Order: sequence, then C-alpha cells, then structure tokens
Amino acid sequence: MAYLDHAATTPILPVATAALTKELGELGNPSSLHAAGRRARRVVEESREVIAASFGARPSEVVFTGGGTEADNLAIKGLYWNRQEKRPRPRILASSVEHHAVLDPVRWLAETQGADVVWLDVDEIGRVDPQQVHDEIARDPDSVALVTVMWANNEVGTVQPIAECARAAAGFDVPVHTDAVQAAGHLDLDFSASGVDALTISAHKLGGPLGVGALLLGRSVTPTPLAHGGGQERDVRSGTLDTPSIVGFAAASAEAIETRTQRIQAVAALRDDLIAKVVAEVPDASLNGDPRLDSAHRLPGNAHMSFPGCEGDSLLMLLDAHGVHCSTGSACSAGVAEPSHVLIAMGSSPADARSSLRFSLGHTSTGADVDELIAAIGPVVERARAARSRAATAQRG
Amino acid sequence: MRVLAALSGGVDSAVAAARARDAGHDVTAVHLALSSNPQTFRSGARGCCSLEDSRDARRVADILDIPYYVWDMAEQFRAEVVDDFLAEYAAGRTPNPCLRCNERIKFAAVLDRALALGFDAVCTGHYAQLVPGPDGPELHRAVDPDKDQSYVLAVLGADQISRSLFPLGDTVKERVREEAAERGLLVADKPDSHDICFIADGDTQGFLESHLGEQRGQIRDRDGAVLGEHGGSYGFTVGQRKGLGLTVATPDRSPRYVLSIEPASNTVTVGPREALEVREIVADRLQWCGPAVGDGERMSFQYRAHGESVRGSVRVVHDALVAVLDEPARGVAPGQTLALYDRTRVRGSATITSTRSPT
Repeated sequence: MAYLDHAATTPILPVATAALTKELGELGNPSSLHAAGRRARRVVEESREVIAASFGARPSEVVFTGGGTEADNLAIKGLYWNRQEKRPRPRILASSVEHHAVLDPVRWLAETQGADVVWLDVDEIGRVDPQQVHDEIARDPDSVALVTVMWANNEVGTVQPIAECARAAAGFDVPVHTDAVQAAGHLDLDFSASGVDALTISAHKLGGPLGVGALLLGRSVTPTPLAHGGGQERDVRSGTLDTPSIVGFAAASAEAIETRTQRIQAVAALRDDLIAKVVAEVPDASLNGDPRLDSAHRLPGNAHMSFPGCEGDSLLMLLDAHGVHCSTGSACSAGVAEPSHVLIAMGSSPADARSSLRFSLGHTSTGADVDELIAAIGPVVERARAARSRAATAQRG
Repeated sequence: MRVLAALSGGVDSAVAAARARDAGHDVTAVHLALSSNPQTFRSGARGCCSLEDSRDARRVADILDIPYYVWDMAEQFRAEVVDDFLAEYAAGRTPNPCLRCNERIKFAAVLDRALALGFDAVCTGHYAQLVPGPDGPELHRAVDPDKDQSYVLAVLGADQISRSLFPLGDTVKERVREEAAERGLLVADKPDSHDICFIADGDTQGFLESHLGEQRGQIRDRDGAVLGEHGGSYGFTVGQRKGLGLTVATPDRSPRYVLSIEPASNTVTVGPREALEVREIVADRLQWCGPAVGDGERMSFQYRAHGESVRGSVRVVHDALVAVLDEPARGVAPGQTLALYDRTRVRGSATITSTRSPT
C-alpha cells in the first residue's frame, strides 16, 4: 500500500499516541476546582504552552476547539458578528480558493446574515494579490468586517502572501483570519510575526489526534461565541476540554516543529522525485499550483497534477485498486466529487478541473510509495482515458 | 470476472452483490447518485445523493469487504430519464422511468464506464434469470412471479445481457430478506421501494403539475359531449378510472375509464370498460434480446410493469410490429413498453404507439 494522502490526514506520531493514551486513563475535568480537576487543568495548560511556543503565540492566545472546521467557523462567524456590534460592517474579504470550512460559513453569512462578500481573485498559480486586499479595504474601510485568506491551499499547495495581506489590512484596523490547517507543523509559521489576528490549526494534519484543533486568537479580537455554556477558553468556546486529545496535540506539535526542517527536506525531495517520475510516465501530465517547489511557495508534500483526457474519479478508483491512496480534492459527505472550485478560480475549465489528482506526502512517506505509484500510473491513465473517450462517444451517439 | 455491483442501498442489490462475491468474482460496489433534487436529497446543492441510501450502500460494502464508490450520474439521469418522463407525459403517453433508467443509465452509461475501466460485467438486484443458451445468455422471468422484473429489462440488447449478472432471479423475495439477515446486512428489513425514485413524496400528479404547469382542458365522451374539466391531460393514463372528477354521471351509474389522451387539443376521452378492450397493439423501436422475432410467431405479450401477459401472434411491418391478441386486453397505454415473451424467455421489446379495438 502507498499512502499518498497525508493532506487528508497523516499518521499519528507515536509520542502523540503515548501522551493521549496515558491521559485517557486519568481522571479530572479541567474546570473542576479540586485536586483531580487541578491535575487535568495543569495538563491542559502545559499543553497550551507547548502549542503556543510551537506556533509563535502566547498561551492566552490559544483557544482549543474540536478541530479545524470549528476553529474556522468560530473565527469567521464569531468575528463577523462581533464586528457588527458598533456599526454595520457587511463586507467580508475572502479568497476564492478557501477550504469549504471557510467558504461555506462565509456563504452562509451572505445568505442569511446580510454579509456582502468580496471574493479575492487568484492568479493562475492560486495566489491572492495583497494589493487587492488593500484596495478593497481602502474603498470603504468602515464597511469591512474581516479578511480571511488561507496560509497554504489544501488542494494545489500554493503558499499565500499572508504577512503582506495582514500588512495591507493593518492600517485599517480590520481583523485578518488565516486557515493554516495545511501549513501548521510543515511551514515556518509564526503567529505573532505574521500579523494576523486569528489562525486555525488542526492537530491531525501534523501528526496529532483527530477531533482537536485550535484557533490562535490575538488578544485584541473577541469573536462572538458559537456555543454558549461554561465559559471555558476565554468565554469564546464553551465545553469541557478534551484533555487527552489536547495533550496528544501538544506532543505532536512539539515533535513536528522539532523535526520540521529535516522532515520537509526529505518530504520535498520525495515529492520532487514523484513529480518528475509521473511526468516521465505520462508526458502530458502537468503540475498545478506554484511551479516554484521550495516551501516558501508550495507545501513540501503537495503534488497536484492534471491528467488530460482522464476523469479524476476514474484515476482514483483505478489507483485504489492498485493500493495507491490519493485524492481528487474535496468530496462531500456522500462521496461525490465536484469540479474543484480552486482550479476553477485559477482559470481551469470544469473538464480540466475534473482531470486532476492530489498526491500528498508526509512523515511516513518513502521511495517505495513513489515507486508503487509510478508502477501503476501509466496503465491507469491509459485506462481512464479510454473510459472517458468511450463515455464521450456514447453521449454523442 | 471483475464485477461492478450497483448498490442502491436496498436489500436486493445488497444480496445480489454478496452472491456475486461468493461466486468467486472480484466485486467492486458503486452507488449511483441519480438526483440533485434538493427535496429528495438533503445535500442537493452539491449534487449529492440521498445520504441515507448512500450510507446504507456503504455499510453493505463494508460488511462484504469490497471497495465502494459513488458515481455521480445525476446529469445523465436528468437528461435521459427525468426529462424523458416529463416529455412523454406532455405528449399524452405513459412512460416507465425505471425501464428508461435501465436502458440509458444502468446498462448503458454505467456499463460502458465499467467496461472501459476494466470490469467484465455489471451486477444488479433485479429479479430476472439469465439462462445459458446456444447464442449466449437468455433473459428469463424470475421464479418469484410477484417480483419478476424481466419486463423492465426487456429493453436491453443481447450485448448488454451478456455483460449483466442478476443473481436473484432464482430466489423468492422472502428468502432474499432472510439471506440478508443471515449475512448480517443491516438493510434486511428495509422496506421495498415502490415509488418513482425522483418523486420523493410519491405525488406524481403534483410533480407533473409543478413541471408542466396547469393546462385546463375538457373531458369528453366518445360522442364529444363535455363531461368535465381537467388541469392537464398529462395527468391521465389510458385505463384510469379513479380521480377523473366527472360531474355528469352515466345513466346506469357505471364507471367510466380513460380511453385516450389527445395532447394537441388537450382532450381526455372517457368511456365504458368494454371500450378499453383492444385486439391489436402497434409498437415501434424494436429491440431484440437474441434472435429477432419473425412474422407470425406466437408470443406472450406484457404491456405494463405489473400486469398479466396475453397470448397472440406477431405481425412485423417494416420497423414496427403489430401484436394480434387472442383475447382482448384492457388499459394499453401508448408510451408503455410491449415486452415479448416466448414462455418465460424475454425475446425483445417495442414501444406502444397505438391500439386497435375489436371490429
């Protein structure tokens, strides 16, 4: 088996499993005042410090959530609502290549809460233009509720000019959120240096457990809570803290940061090899996203490629039968793939957008994984092409 | 063989896939996402299928330990089945969407894609039997007469039949349910689906009205006398008795039936039961599953999905045929498929265009 879908989820690190399983056997609600509660609270606070240090934040800036999607929703809806308190600020500036966890809350605010969305354009490699961020705010600064631009794209791997976007907004006192789910643990990421006000992290994308994440939240911003209750996490995210998951998250973060430089070099080298070998097998295959493969421009594990004349769905199914795991991008809960909004925003036609696959490598990837893919890809592409042309003939006939 | 099993999320397709696997085939499951109608399907905006059926199908594949995928066929289904359904009703005919789906989707678009992807056959939970014959597999009625679905497969050609597996044809439904339970398939108790899958609430009349709009017209007797009004001739089927909304009763209070539908003048003609009787059925779009039926051959004819068949002989006229019946038949609706049977074997099908009454 070749697991080339680390961007979906990456294997949990043994240190995280150890920390998590040990804590599962312990007693204590971190909000309780007695000794058992204090013990659990201590574990949570130590974890908070580790995570804060890992990502350039202060401990008080770490708000634990039930994962990346919740953190994104808290930032987008919470900041939008909070920003309406003094005066109406209907405008949201959002990049057109966001993950659905950002895209859908933004659309929901537009459909039900009167938000007016400015979708930021991207160029053909998927990058937003900080100048557009500046100009859109400058047009009417008081009407802007927030800006949200992801740190690195989950599909094509393009790294966004986040610090420049944050600078463009800074002079206007407009809060900036970034979804850094794909970036955290893999790219050089420093919350305070980035200048953003809110930053989303998901534990399982960096070797931690599923179902836990964090919103790094600057002290000057106070999102309206999504869930009201016991007032945990600065009164922004109520709910009993999940101590085992949080300690696993912290252990994974520390190790991900400690091993980052070496790991991403190895992962990027494998990825470069994968791209070159796929193109050698399938000469008209092409790489989507930023052609500069260094980690300032592209996620080190990401290879998003188009295979002209193929349906991504067919490729995925045929590769799966060969034991190669990859992805077509985003899928909904019933499993039907839509043409990627990311590729469409980058100027692809829907047909081209459907012809692509994402291979994503991570800490357990080896040359053998690449070899397995390379052994299968030629015949698989040929077969998928035959299926597509046959379907096209049938539709014309 | 490498077999692609279509899993609907129901009990029949689940047991069919299980039997194909047990027969030693290399089975992969697909669930077809056929509708993007947000009323029937919760995640309509993103083109998803019914989440419950899709989950049930996925759980069947888990238990059978076979790969599972969802194929989005919503676009083809709308164009080939739903639009056709509406156009046929608008033209005063009575379509059968399940049959159209088999003809254009399951054993066409899906089968084609499966073959191109390296599969050898498609497996479904239809109740019909494939019997080896001198010219390849023959399509026969299922042993369970109440569940027999050979009629909705009669539109398939010999090449499609030869690439199909119907593992349930030799079994009665009750036994299929028992087998599902024995195999630990969670869909064992799931109720049968009877309704048209893209009309979630079962209100075909409402579906037609909302898509075709109200078109008021008259209901007349055979002499042209106006007996009532209707909101759209598409809402009627030849042989229909109920729901006519007639205000003028017959002198002897005997019931009246829809005899014909004339979409050009938007007129529905009604009359007594005996006026429904037809002796000859004219049909075109011939499709043989095996050797063509010759002029004068004796056949059994079935002219609707859940109905008896009548005996008679075939008269072939160019690319159409006339079924000359031994006994009169009632409620024969243009647009329906006429399936031709040689005892239990399906020999082919044609689409009913008109009927002739006893002279």
